[in-house]
Amino acid sequence: MDVANLFDDVKRMNKRQFIYQVLSFGMIVSSALMIWKGLMVVTGSESPIVVVLSGSMEPAFHRGDLLFLTNYPEEPVRVGEIVVFKVEGRDIPIVHRVLKLHEKRNGTVKFLTKGDNNSVDDRGLYAPGQLWLTKDDVVGRARGFLPYVGMVTILMNEYPKFKYAVLACLGLYVLVHRE
Amino acid sequence: MHSFLQRGNSILAYALSVLACLTFICFASTLFLNYVTDAKMNTVKVVVKNVPDYSASREKNDLGFLTFDLQTNLTDLFNWNVKQLFLYLTAEYITPSNELNQVVLWDKIILRGENAVLDFKNMNTKYYFWDDGNGLKANKNITLTLSYNIIPNAGLLPNIFASGSHSFKFPVEYTTTRM
Repeated sequence: MDVANLFDDVKRMNKRQFIYQVLSFGMIVSSALMIWKGLMVVTGSESPIVVVLSGSMEPAFHRGDLLFLTNYPEEPVRVGEIVVFKVEGRDIPIVHRVLKLHEKRNGTVKFLTKGDNNSVDDRGLYAPGQLWLTKDDVVGRARGFLPYVGMVTILMNEYPKFKYAVLACLGLYVLVHRE
Repeated sequence: MHSFLQRGNSILAYALSVLACLTFICFASTLFLNYVTDAKMNTVKVVVKNVPDYSASREKNDLGFLTFDLQTNLTDLFNWNVKQLFLYLTAEYITPSNELNQVVLWDKIILRGENAVLDFKNMNTKYYFWDDGNGLKANKNITLTLSYNIIPNAGLLPNIFASGSHSFKFPVEYTTTRM
């Protein structure tokens, strides 16, 4: 299908049909957003799906693997679980395993994490002066695993031009293509 | 005639849907398996010291030292949807200041195809057994358990306790000699 053909479709559309195309494009975008927000409600996590961005959990997780998270407040954090947490001053959340945990009588928990592939615990990664993580730092607990699928995201983040090209192509296709 | 792009597109789409379907079958086929197995463990030498913890608060905290025996056979846990086992030995105990303490003392990664019959005698711990305070001396009930986190090719990431645990007590006096 060449470019001239593509625009033939648009030319043949009347005003109503064109608005219909724009609306259906909006429908796709908003349903994607709704699915994401709906997942946030169901899992209790602010980011229910994350892509592994570093090799610190190898050989379990490699760069580009996908993790599904939940973060139910009634499920306590325990040692050996893989948590995704945010550290002050770092934009990217970290995926590491809980190594030590101390829970007080009033329910406050503090814990220390370590990456499977790292030789030392994470105190060097935390904010200066921070010795422990608490529940507030946790984005979610890893519950499901899907390999390789996140590679696309990594590609897009590393080559922003590729991302815009893909988005532009998809957008154009949906707008221009006649059902 | 179909263009080159159309053919490529349909081959890619078909290949991806077959892959997704196979991945789902792989996940579903191992969803309801029981992964519990038993492990025998024992502590050999147990001492406790009271030394400053320079990795954390710099205050004098209790530091336990122990060596352990561990016997287990995890060969049966592996199937086509188990990529790796992450084994970890946890010490769990109660102190006056904390209702629950969990410290991982030792861990091991076993990939599929590697030897999964373990028989360790008088092993040293991999991580320091620091308490969050002074709760180890004369502590009468420390429970050692072996757990494993199953890393699948695609699927859930369960953390499972092996049946069998070992309880021990720490001495009532600090050891002051160098070890």
